[in-house]
Parts: sequence; C-alpha cells; structure tokens
Amino acid sequence: MTFLLRRALFYLVTLWAAITVNFLLPRLLPGDPVQAMITKLGGRLNSDAMASLYVLFGLDDNKSIWEQYVDYWGSLFRGDLGLSFTFFPTPVADVLAQSMPWTLGLVGVTTVIAFLLGTLLGVYAGWKRGSWMDNLIPVTTFLSSIPYFWLGLIAISLFSVTWPLFPASGGYAPGLVPEFSGEFIGSVLEHAVLPGVTIVVSSVAGWILGMRNMMVTVTAEDYVLVARAKGLTQKRIMFAYAARNAVLPSISGFALSLGFIVGGALLVEMVFSYPGLGYVLFQGIGGKDYPLMQGVFLVITLAVLVANLLADIGYLLLDPRTRKEG
Amino acid sequence: MSPVLEIRDLSVDYGTLRAVHNVTLTLNKGEVLGLAGESGSGKSTLAYAATRLLQPPGHVPSGEVFFKGKDLLSLSDKELQVLRWSEIAIVFQGAMNALNPVISVATQLDDVLRTHRPDVKRPARTARARELLGLVGIPADRLTAYPHQLSGGMRQRVMIAMALALEPEVVIMDEPTTALDVVVQRQILGQMMRLRETLGFSVIFITHDISLLVEFSDRIAIMYGGRVVEEAPAGEIYRAAKHPYSQGLLSSFPALRGPRRELKGIPGSPPDLRSMPSGCPFHPRCPSAMDVCGERMPSLESVEETRRVACWLEGVHV
Repeated sequence: MTFLLRRALFYLVTLWAAITVNFLLPRLLPGDPVQAMITKLGGRLNSDAMASLYVLFGLDDNKSIWEQYVDYWGSLFRGDLGLSFTFFPTPVADVLAQSMPWTLGLVGVTTVIAFLLGTLLGVYAGWKRGSWMDNLIPVTTFLSSIPYFWLGLIAISLFSVTWPLFPASGGYAPGLVPEFSGEFIGSVLEHAVLPGVTIVVSSVAGWILGMRNMMVTVTAEDYVLVARAKGLTQKRIMFAYAARNAVLPSISGFALSLGFIVGGALLVEMVFSYPGLGYVLFQGIGGKDYPLMQGVFLVITLAVLVANLLADIGYLLLDPRTRKEG
Repeated sequence: MSPVLEIRDLSVDYGTLRAVHNVTLTLNKGEVLGLAGESGSGKSTLAYAATRLLQPPGHVPSGEVFFKGKDLLSLSDKELQVLRWSEIAIVFQGAMNALNPVISVATQLDDVLRTHRPDVKRPARTARARELLGLVGIPADRLTAYPHQLSGGMRQRVMIAMALALEPEVVIMDEPTTALDVVVQRQILGQMMRLRETLGFSVIFITHDISLLVEFSDRIAIMYGGRVVEEAPAGEIYRAAKHPYSQGLLSSFPALRGPRRELKGIPGSPPDLRSMPSGCPFHPRCPSAMDVCGERMPSLESVEETRRVACWLEGVHV
C-alpha cells in the first residue's frame, strides 16, 4: 500500500510540474495571443475592446507573473481554461469536452483492439513458431511501415472514392443531430470504419512482433519445460505459463500507448477530418489559439499520467515480483 | 528386481550431430540409478529424450523406452500427457527458474492435481497441496507464496513436493541440488531418499557430482561423449572403478569417508560433438590409451554379473 501512496505522490508532483510548464510556455513565447487576435480581426477593434481582451485572456500587464500563476490554478480548479480564439467565444473546456469523446471512442477503442488482436496473434505466432503464422509478420510489418497519412489517403481513395463504401471524413453524416438513436449511432460507426481499420492495421504489427519475440524467449524458460513435463494441456501451458510471463513488457507498452491516444490522434483526425481532440489541436495551431493548445496539452499530460498509473497498477496485478510486502 | 523403466538402444541427435549413442539402461523398482558425467556428456539429453521433452532441433532417430510394457516414444500425445507426472515426474533445478515466477506455489501445485485428477474437488486439492508441502518440511502457510519469496532450498523442496503430488512410479532428478550450498544439498537429498523409502518410487539421479551419487544411489552409470562407459553398483564404482574415465571422475572429488586420496582431475576437456575423436572418445585424455583406442570404439560388455564397462583394458575385448 505504501508503494501505491508513494506512486500517487510521485504523480502529483509530476502533475504540478507539467501544469506549471504548461502555464509558463505561452508566456515565454514571443508575441501574445491578443496581438494574434487583433491581426486576425484585421484591426477592427478599438483600444477598449483590446484592453478587455487582455483582461479576458488573463494577460493584463498589471498582474505579476506570480499573481497570474495563482489565478491560473484558481481557474483550473473551477474548470475554466479560458476562451478559445478559433471557436470564439466558446470556452476551451467546452471545446475539449465536445471533442474528447470522439477521440477516446475512435483512437481509444482501436488502440485497445490493436493491442488485444496483436498480442493474441503474437502469442500464437510465438508458440507455433516456424508455422505459417510466421508469414504474417513481414506482411503486418510492411503495413505498419507505411506512413500513416499515406495509408489513410490510400484507404480514402480506394474505399470512399473508387468504391464508395465508407464516408471519407467527419464523425457522422452532416445534418444528423448527436443523440442516442439507431440512425446516429449507425452513422458514427460507419464513419469510424476507415479511420479505425487504418489505425489497427498500422499499429498491430508492433504488438505481434513484440509478443511473438517474448513468447519465443519465454518458451525456452525452465518453467515452460516443467509445465510440459507436468502433463498440462497445451492451452494451459501456452497461456498460464508462457503468455502470462511474455505479456509483461507489452503491458507497459500498452499503457504508454494509451497515454499517447490523445496526442497520436492528430494525424488520424487530420486525414479523416474527424471531430476529435487532434483535429481541434490542429485547428488551434493554425489559428495560434494559445488557450486551446494549452487545454489540449493539459489533457495530453493528464492522459500520459493516468496511463502510467494504469501501467503501474497493471504490473502490480500481473507480476507479483513488483509487489512490496509491508 | 523388476525393471520399471527400460531404455533400449536410444540415440539422440541435435540436427545432424549425434549427442547420445545407442544407450541401453534399466531402472529397477525402488532403485536409485545415478547418471554421471561432465557437462555435454549427454546425461540430461538422455533423460529428456526418454521422457519426450526434447526440444527441436533435438530428436530421437532410434531406440525404445519401455515403461509398464508401453513404448513411451510411440505413445500418442494424449496418452503421453496423461502419463506425464502421474507416472514419471521430474525434479528440475527448482532453485533456478523451474517455478513460474508470476503464479503462486498453490496454483502451480494445484495445476498438477486439477489436470490429472479432475474429479477431485477444490477443498480436497488444497488439503493435498498443504499435505505435500508438509511432506518436504515447508509450513503450509507458504502455499500462497510466490517463488521469489522463497529461498533456493525452499523452491527446490516445492519442486520435490510437486513431483510427488501424484505419487509417481519414477522420479527423474536432473541436477536437483546444483545451485544449492552443500549443507542444504545434503538435507534435501537425505529427505528425498527418506521419502523414497516410504513412498516406494524409483529415482534416476542425474548429476556431475559423482560423490553425491556414491552416497545416495544404488547403481551408477557413467556417461562420456554420449555413451555409457561404465555401469556398476555404487559401492563397486567407488571402490574399484574400471574405466579410466570413471577413475578420473572419482579422483576429481575429495572422498568424504575412508582413506585420503590424491585429487587429480582429468586433463583436457570434454569432446566437442562436432569433432568426436575416432575410436574411444576418451582416448585423447586417457592415461592408459593404447593404439587400438584411437581406431575402434570398445563396446559396453558385462565384465562381472553386475557391471558393464566399455574399455579395451578389460579382458573380454581381447
């Protein structure tokens, strides 16, 4: 238990550091967002409006950096991340809340699918090495070596232009209202097929390869020989003795990849104009939308931390050697 | 004495290299048969081949292994799986890596019981697991422990408890105490031998430590270069080994009892499978090699009623 407490403390300190860096970064950059906004609006602002914008973004010069820092924390705790320029005057928190489910739903689910599928295939490929399963690896590795945006574009050109089977962009058919109805959910699933399949195709090879190689290593261990000598069933030996040990390195890799769901969604969502966080970040960067970028970075930081915590807990559950007895 | 396990004319290849040459050995009921030899002499390979645990590229081109009238080498996978552990159990080097590090001792013991005695209910299986740990002197509360929480000696005892779980007819011990210190080594072997007297199983004891064999086994077979070069009752080997290699092995260990002997060791190193010497594989290292030794391999012949030697020095070959 002390172990978990110590980990929790570690995560809190990391979180504080990450948020502080997040606070400092835009303030260290040359220029300021209000200037960017003024340029964007083409000088159609009077000085009063400019001054109120500075107040609105918390950039009024009267305040010291320390006061700004305290205010920043205060507004963080209220869930106030400022206003987005790109989607002005929508608060950043609302923009994030709107786009987050899309990213989690698409990239999150496909990351889990790719991990489960790849690991399972890797278990079999490693257990029956030298069989036809080994031919799978060059194929999947080839697919994963194609740059993602290229793979995405090929998928679009083949499956929504040449054969118009699936829509090329968006999260749901235009004109539908997001609600819990069969029509809407069907449309969401239909729109998720191309981005989802391309994500799985491009990431499954890593899981297969990692798991297969660990299986090959673990199969040579004494305890697998003992399990065979014990006359256990092939299934039991393969899963409880070989795969159970071989999966440990993949678990930490998986948790890390969960942390990169949010950040990694950028390319996918750009290619498919998917209404998730990555697309929002892309638009934010284009519009020099500092509050929005800060908000997305905060979410990415939190996601990485949560993923690490999950990895720690997963390891505690799966590997008794990492448990410290009190 | 009735034979339990009979290895007949067994050869083992690794790819194209022959690691074990036409070995014939018999394990009698209630007996401890010692298998000695340097690293690479084929003693473990022989045991794994006989129990069909050999991994590719190892394979068995010829030979038979009879257990209760059945040839183990021609059993179906299903029959083999049923026979494994319930009839022939193996004590591996538990101190090293023979226990699965991520599941508890209880689960690993239970695995055996659940697979081979599917009709026994869980409480009865747990009771049996506790009883087995008691048998080897481990407190029953260690059942929930994981291997890394146990000392090397305790892990080895768990391994023995596991081997005895189904009261097998034959227990093969492959270097069971090599990683342990001398005191623990003797405790564990002593315990194993007492259990053998009460439970009545037969043992094949594989080790490079011939002094342990002299103390704990009834009969010893000495292997060199994949062949049995001498086989005799333990006492006779100790008193008067006939093969120069056996003599060399014996003089590489200090005697525990009896008059002091000079420690000599064997010059040279074990032969390489890829370039076996012609004739008797031991002749380049043998102090009494003759011309014939480099030309032809002496066969394993009975020199007395209870001993067999493969050496040109023995009269029967002339």
